[in-house]
Amino acid sequence: MNWTNILTNVAMLGGITLILATMLVTATHWLYVEDDPRIDAVEEMLPGTNCGGCGFPGCRPFAEALVGGKVLPGKCSVGSESDHERIADYLGVDVGAEAKMVARLACAGGSNVARNHAHYVGLSSCSAAALVAGGGKGCFWGCLGIGDCEVACDFDAIHMNAHHLPVVDEDRCTACGDCVVACPKDLFSLQIQTNRLWVACRSQEEGDGILEDCQVGCTACGRCAMDAPGCIEMKGNLPVVDYSKGPLTDGPTQRCPTGAIVWLDPIQGPQRGQSAGKIIRKGSLRDAPT
Amino acid sequence: MVFFGSKTFAHGIHPPGLKEETCGLAIRQFPFAGTLAVPLSQHIGKPAVPIVREGQEVMRGQCIAKPDGFLSVAMHAPASGTVRSISLVPSITGRMVKGIFIEPFAASTQEIAEGKPCDAATATPEEIVDAIQQAGVVGLGGAGFPTHAKLKIPDGKHVDTLIINGAECEPMLTTDHRVMLEHTADIYAGIPYLMRATGAERVIIAVESNKPDAAEALRSGKPKDLPAEVVVLPVKYPQGAEKMLITALTGRQIPSGKLPLDVHAVVVNVGTTAEIGRLLPNGNGIQERVITVGGPGVKKKGNYRIQIGTPLRFVLETVGVEEDITRVFLGGPMMGQAVSSLDIRVTKGTTGIIAFTEHESGRLKTRKEYPCIRCAYCVDVCPIFLNPSQLGLLASAGKHQRMVEDFHLMDCFECGCCTFVCPSHIPLVQKFRVAKMAVRKAKAPA
Repeated sequence: MNWTNILTNVAMLGGITLILATMLVTATHWLYVEDDPRIDAVEEMLPGTNCGGCGFPGCRPFAEALVGGKVLPGKCSVGSESDHERIADYLGVDVGAEAKMVARLACAGGSNVARNHAHYVGLSSCSAAALVAGGGKGCFWGCLGIGDCEVACDFDAIHMNAHHLPVVDEDRCTACGDCVVACPKDLFSLQIQTNRLWVACRSQEEGDGILEDCQVGCTACGRCAMDAPGCIEMKGNLPVVDYSKGPLTDGPTQRCPTGAIVWLDPIQGPQRGQSAGKIIRKGSLRDAPT
Repeated sequence: MVFFGSKTFAHGIHPPGLKEETCGLAIRQFPFAGTLAVPLSQHIGKPAVPIVREGQEVMRGQCIAKPDGFLSVAMHAPASGTVRSISLVPSITGRMVKGIFIEPFAASTQEIAEGKPCDAATATPEEIVDAIQQAGVVGLGGAGFPTHAKLKIPDGKHVDTLIINGAECEPMLTTDHRVMLEHTADIYAGIPYLMRATGAERVIIAVESNKPDAAEALRSGKPKDLPAEVVVLPVKYPQGAEKMLITALTGRQIPSGKLPLDVHAVVVNVGTTAEIGRLLPNGNGIQERVITVGGPGVKKKGNYRIQIGTPLRFVLETVGVEEDITRVFLGGPMMGQAVSSLDIRVTKGTTGIIAFTEHESGRLKTRKEYPCIRCAYCVDVCPIFLNPSQLGLLASAGKHQRMVEDFHLMDCFECGCCTFVCPSHIPLVQKFRVAKMAVRKAKAPA
């Protein structure tokens, strides 16, 4: 055995270890980033769903923005009011209550009222069906009813009803916007919950032609716009409601011949106007998408 | 690339040709439908702008919409008649697009309006490119890319080879085959325009070996002074794809994300060439195109010259269909698209109308998708050397960004070879289409 060699090696390695360790220790102190301990605390208080509904990539960046004073706790659409108050108390800021937003579907053409021209067979996904010449629904704008939104929703707030239309549970909806992205027909949008007047149609067809395909489609007759001048405007053959023009009533829905514009009653659900025609199912439910 | 003495490309598949039924049938003129609707967006690029109004009487071949910008083409009236309205028409893309509805005059002679002629011998390249745009010519092979945009050679680039694509590798379609047989003179009238516009010195006309009569017709009809060569390629799918064809004929490979221009080649479909040769000397515009109407569901199969804007319902009613018809495709069975409504109109990109019966397609309904067994059949056939198996697994997991960055998803041109060979019946191409759409949606500004 050559003790000199062994000792040299041990000394060399020990020396390198010592030098590197010194460098690391110096680096930790020298390059240390001051992190506000409040960020961790605020992050703890947030729901931790990382849904992105607040407009930030996740809960941590949102917590950083909160501590930095860039936003107010009310921006978090998932947390309850008490959660918001806790954070506001902790940081000593305003709650900044925001109007609750919910996702709403601009289509009422379920399989009971809307016709399919063709039966789609293939990957069970709306976005796949939409790429096969629109998916086979008579109305090219309408909901395909395969339920990509139901799958996309992390909060169990969207469920398909018996007519293959998604129904949003407004209490559970956190307005994260996942369904808005998931829908290939762009039918979902985030709306203030207390806005009750809703155009449940996206058809840009003019005239009664749409009724061939959907009994609750908008025919662009413009009666709602006449009944609420200034608040509703016809744009691209569809009424567009300007919610900033003060509280609206269910007046504009009353003369709608098809019930395409509805009043979303908090208890009774969507209410069609008096003039809306009775819905008579045209085909059997067999034609529903798979 | 040369394999065993014959030129072709690597990978690819051999689906049944199914061309026997229609390849012997001569092109016939199709009757005019009661209403024709010319969609303003039949091509890649901006929709054309209508220059007619409701109630106006138009003559067949008259320009009814002018191009909007460079990547757009003109539209022409498919029939003499009255413009009924300019409203929405369903299209194969799954959206309603603006279209011009024309009601043809009954018992009209349907003479074609002539425009400003363009002579191949005297016109400048710019004049030819402009004339092709004004004639409304787009790639008649199906993609619908405006032809003039391909022929406009940017400064600093040069083209040495012009390839006339008569491969027609898609099963069931025989339009190009019939055009090569019956309109040989038109093809040779069109080639000088293309050569002059691109500055190419030599021309290769590519024909697959299952069309020996077409190759013979092209050889015997060739003008003596034309530097053209008819090359017969072995049958293989997807040989008609631009990139594959260039590799097969010249051995040059187009790098990912590049155009044929980058390897000094321009590929033009044989049908497009014939149409240019037919239209430009008289200054006409496209009013009709040759379409194969076939498939097991069709009674009077054949190749028909059908007016642009004819509803599919009218086409199928005229040729007669079997009672249990369940599926209708535009284009061939490999790359064609299923239609969702028979109100969709014939466009410049429609190569075929194929109908299947319940008997033929019923099998697909019970076909179950099994997990990927990593047999790599798809890897062995992908003509652009992607890894469809891995892409499919990533697509199922929703990892679209990774598909683009690490597995070159955007290079996939959806030929369908991977889906064709997959023993687990995984609808790979459909998954890729969904992924591509999701990526494009994410990229587009909200």
